[in-house]
Amino acid sequence: MKPAPFRYAAPRTLDEALAVLSQHGAEAKVLAGGQSLVPLLNLRLARPELVVDINRVAGLDAVRHEDGWVEIGALVRQWDAERDPLVRSQVPLLAQALGYVAHPQIRARGTLCGSVAHADPAAEIPLVLTTLGGEVVAARAGGSRTLPAEAFFLDLFTTALASDELVTAIRLPAGGFQGTAFCEFSPREGDFALVAVAVALRWDAGGRIQEARVGVSGVGPTARRVVEAEAALAGEEKSRSAAQRAGEAVAAAVHASGDVHASAEYRRHLARVLTERAVVQAMAIGGEGVDAQ
Amino acid sequence: MNGEAERTVAFTVNGSPWRGTVEVRQSLADVLREAVGLTGTHLGCEHGVCGACTVLVDGRPVRSCLMLAVQADGAQILTVEGLAPGPDQLHPLQEAFWNHHALQCGFCTPGMLMTAWALLQEHPQPTRAEIQTWLSGNICRCTGYQNIVEAVEEAAVRMAGEGGRA
Repeated sequence: MKPAPFRYAAPRTLDEALAVLSQHGAEAKVLAGGQSLVPLLNLRLARPELVVDINRVAGLDAVRHEDGWVEIGALVRQWDAERDPLVRSQVPLLAQALGYVAHPQIRARGTLCGSVAHADPAAEIPLVLTTLGGEVVAARAGGSRTLPAEAFFLDLFTTALASDELVTAIRLPAGGFQGTAFCEFSPREGDFALVAVAVALRWDAGGRIQEARVGVSGVGPTARRVVEAEAALAGEEKSRSAAQRAGEAVAAAVHASGDVHASAEYRRHLARVLTERAVVQAMAIGGEGVDAQ
Repeated sequence: MNGEAERTVAFTVNGSPWRGTVEVRQSLADVLREAVGLTGTHLGCEHGVCGACTVLVDGRPVRSCLMLAVQADGAQILTVEGLAPGPDQLHPLQEAFWNHHALQCGFCTPGMLMTAWALLQEHPQPTRAEIQTWLSGNICRCTGYQNIVEAVEEAAVRMAGEGGRA
């Protein structure tokens, strides 16, 4: 038996779950998909006194489209979101990214909200949330608050979530971009990425880029948007040279640090190449393609 | 609610009901092996990397080392012991693994078979790339994977010929 002993609560309603967290949050861990928490339990890197399993809580498993947002509940599995018609049509960048999240066996259990709450700096879902300007809905007994992604992710594995709060949903803006792409590099398929880049583009009838979102992970403690690259794309015609300038802007803006997996220089190189590649892919999606130059 | 250290759970394994009391910290893999007595599910890394412990939970491939047994309450579970249609028979996937020498030591094989089973449910005629992607979550240290991929390809053809029997 791998995990250290803990006690187990399986509330049936959100109110019950929040009541448990308000009383025991500091010594508790929330269990949803378990694909990040259970390895930590098995390795005894986490030794919570109480595990609060929210899998039986009613009403957290929906994907909803309202007021211009796609809201994804705490129990929506990555496997389901990947196949969800609403996600695929309204937030294609998320659908593209989900294919890179570990392996089918992990996505069958893992949740999007769990990945967000865990805040691994190399994880795909926090990168998409940050790039698109998404939000995190955090509930506690007696109320809830909504935080923009950039205010939620504070540092490596560190978020603004308090110990008595539960992430009940993430919200992503619906639609708005004709072309999106997600590119990452990892040494083996399904591993955490060394560097990942998410791009979303909106262009006018003449093919001129009106708005660009460029996000990158693997070059800092959290995923981040790179406004310099977004500015480099805004107002430009879709072209490979514009994509190259975006890549250079990312390489100049990020402060990568080296570790056992990759040197700082290599991460910066990946950020540039993957940005260029993702921008080219995003330009091509939507039918008009990219001119050779 | 201060939580419990033990719980009684009931689930169905390979069509048979099982009921028992488990420690809440026991993984589904440990309960399948030690309490249910089905040792075909193998444990390699026990933290979700190697895929050897893959079983089907409600039709989906799951790492049974990353699921607590208490979470399987009410679930339908399929393990490698439940693949073959009967004693002295093999599932087409198992037969294809045999034909293609898709195993050497056999430690990863149960996880490979269960993952391949899930793949063929969703993609009855998978491309080679799809097979490789789906099996990328299962580590084999003997074969070099080529024969495993070929075995899954053959099983897909055979199962399509048999009307998609899984």
